[in-house]
Amino acid sequence: MSVRLNARNAFVAGVIAILALVPLYAAASGNTFVMSLFTRIVILAVAAVSLNLIMGFGGMVSFGHAAYLGIGGYAVGILAKEGMNSGLLQWPLAVAASGLFALTVGALSLRTRGVYFIMITLAFAQMIYYVAIGLDRYGGDDGMTIYKRSQFGPLIDLSNKTAFYYLCLALLLAAIYLVWRLVHSRFGMVIQGSRSNERRMQAIGFPTYRYKLLCFVFAGMLCGLAGALLANHTDFISPALMHWTRSGDLIVMAVLGGMGTVFGPVIGALALLVLEEALSGITEYWQIILGPLFLLVVLFARGGIDGLLAGINRG
Amino acid sequence: MLYLIEQCLNGIQLGMLLFLLAAGLTLIFGIMDLVNLAHGSLYMLGAYFAATFATVTDSFLAGIGLALLATLVAGMVLEVIAIRPLYGRDHLDHVLGTFGLLLFFNELVRLIWGPAGLTLSLPPEMLTAVQVLPGVYYPLYRLVIILATLAVALLLYALVMRTRIGMLIRAGAWNREMAGALGVNIKLLYTLVFGLGAALAGFAGMMQAPLSFVQIGMGENILILAFVVIIIGGIGSIRGAFVAAIIVGIIDTIGRAFLPDLLRHFVSYSAGSSAGPALSSMLIYTLMAAVLVFRPEGLFPAAQR
Repeated sequence: MSVRLNARNAFVAGVIAILALVPLYAAASGNTFVMSLFTRIVILAVAAVSLNLIMGFGGMVSFGHAAYLGIGGYAVGILAKEGMNSGLLQWPLAVAASGLFALTVGALSLRTRGVYFIMITLAFAQMIYYVAIGLDRYGGDDGMTIYKRSQFGPLIDLSNKTAFYYLCLALLLAAIYLVWRLVHSRFGMVIQGSRSNERRMQAIGFPTYRYKLLCFVFAGMLCGLAGALLANHTDFISPALMHWTRSGDLIVMAVLGGMGTVFGPVIGALALLVLEEALSGITEYWQIILGPLFLLVVLFARGGIDGLLAGINRG
Repeated sequence: MLYLIEQCLNGIQLGMLLFLLAAGLTLIFGIMDLVNLAHGSLYMLGAYFAATFATVTDSFLAGIGLALLATLVAGMVLEVIAIRPLYGRDHLDHVLGTFGLLLFFNELVRLIWGPAGLTLSLPPEMLTAVQVLPGVYYPLYRLVIILATLAVALLLYALVMRTRIGMLIRAGAWNREMAGALGVNIKLLYTLVFGLGAALAGFAGMMQAPLSFVQIGMGENILILAFVVIIIGGIGSIRGAFVAAIIVGIIDTIGRAFLPDLLRHFVSYSAGSSAGPALSSMLIYTLMAAVLVFRPEGLFPAAQR
């Protein structure tokens, strides 16, 4: 497939270039905060990309996506606490545990649709949140520090901030590629078809429930990986990792960037976190600006930033 | 046994508060087809208003009365300014827009009242315990909550089923275009319904306030419980919300009170103490999952409303 040069693609290329150059800038300027912020942006972008797969392409509005961040994070944290530091054990387990939870939640919640689906995913995420609070051994309400990042032997040293950043970025690009391939495959067509008209897809003979469930599980696993990354980034896990407002943040990222475009969530994550930083620099009460801004985006810029770029292109 | 009765009453009391929240949510959803995440903010606002007005007027009852009026007005103003443009849009838009409102309200409250939180103290005559059964004493105020919310539930029922306004509300829920064509002022009706929902949520907040602390974000966790209630009860059904609220309230309270002890009998003491709280908080979600498996539309689907 050839890539045409237009405002949208140029913008995407620019964003990728910026993301790739951040460590060089940080090293040159000695600004470690930028490094930490962008690592966070890249990791949350992975989560937002996974959410966008089910929400933007599959029409499944999951309001419990932060649960997988938490499960992935706790998988790393719990294993580290029990003395198992190998990343080759921790990360696959984080992904598998998230997938298992997604399978349970998906199997139940995909029986319903619309507003039920939103509320049920929210409720199950809240359940996991309370379970984490109940885990006294692993910090309960206060959370717990992870003293040793995941170990990958001679492969990569995660305590090297630059190496860790590039690993996260590589995983993000891999995730985007994977989602892009998935969306344009037959599987992806079925998923998108059942978003626009599920009954018709069933009439053609597709078992849409199974397709959607598989998609839901895949997204959960991808987000679980993001959770494992996040735990390694902050060296800390707590129930706040999966507080429901964080699920809301992920939805905002996906919508802000432009739903139903593969790269949109990355722009959304970048825009939201940079905006948060900028606003909190202006006033202590920055959410008083951010909140109404969400409402304005909903009302006037439904296609998100990507929609605006596409608008430029159409002229 | 005494403890069990006391915990049952606590469960009913929690259930009644959940009902107030869930009734507003389900009414707003049933009639305007709107998912409102900012409903918990109105619960919080109610508590803050009550604490403020009670301090200013130096009277608990006057505080509650004024706060009810204030939340009603706040709800109606909110509807006109921010909620009205959301009608008829995608549910995702509702979620995002009202999520933004929730952040806004949390910050607004922090700006006005400060981050520390307030207390709403009860008048001294409320602080006694009454004998509900021979030998069983129960705090008077909790009993007052149960009775007051029961009265509100009956009033709500009478309002929706027996008055002209209620008839218009039901007509609007059934078919908004037809009701509008027949001369019902749908816009005004929606504003009223939203205000009513806000007042119900605010009432729940101010009832809860003396039992705990008035603080930012106090409405968020209970809002999700209210979601669980309306999923179990069936979205759009007030009767379903009532039954489900009491079930959820009792199961949650009893589970938290007894499950850790029960576990300690079956497994080791330490395992029971550590797994107990985690497991008991899962109970109502398990119930929700079970309802979804057997009755995906909830216990009282809205068609029977």
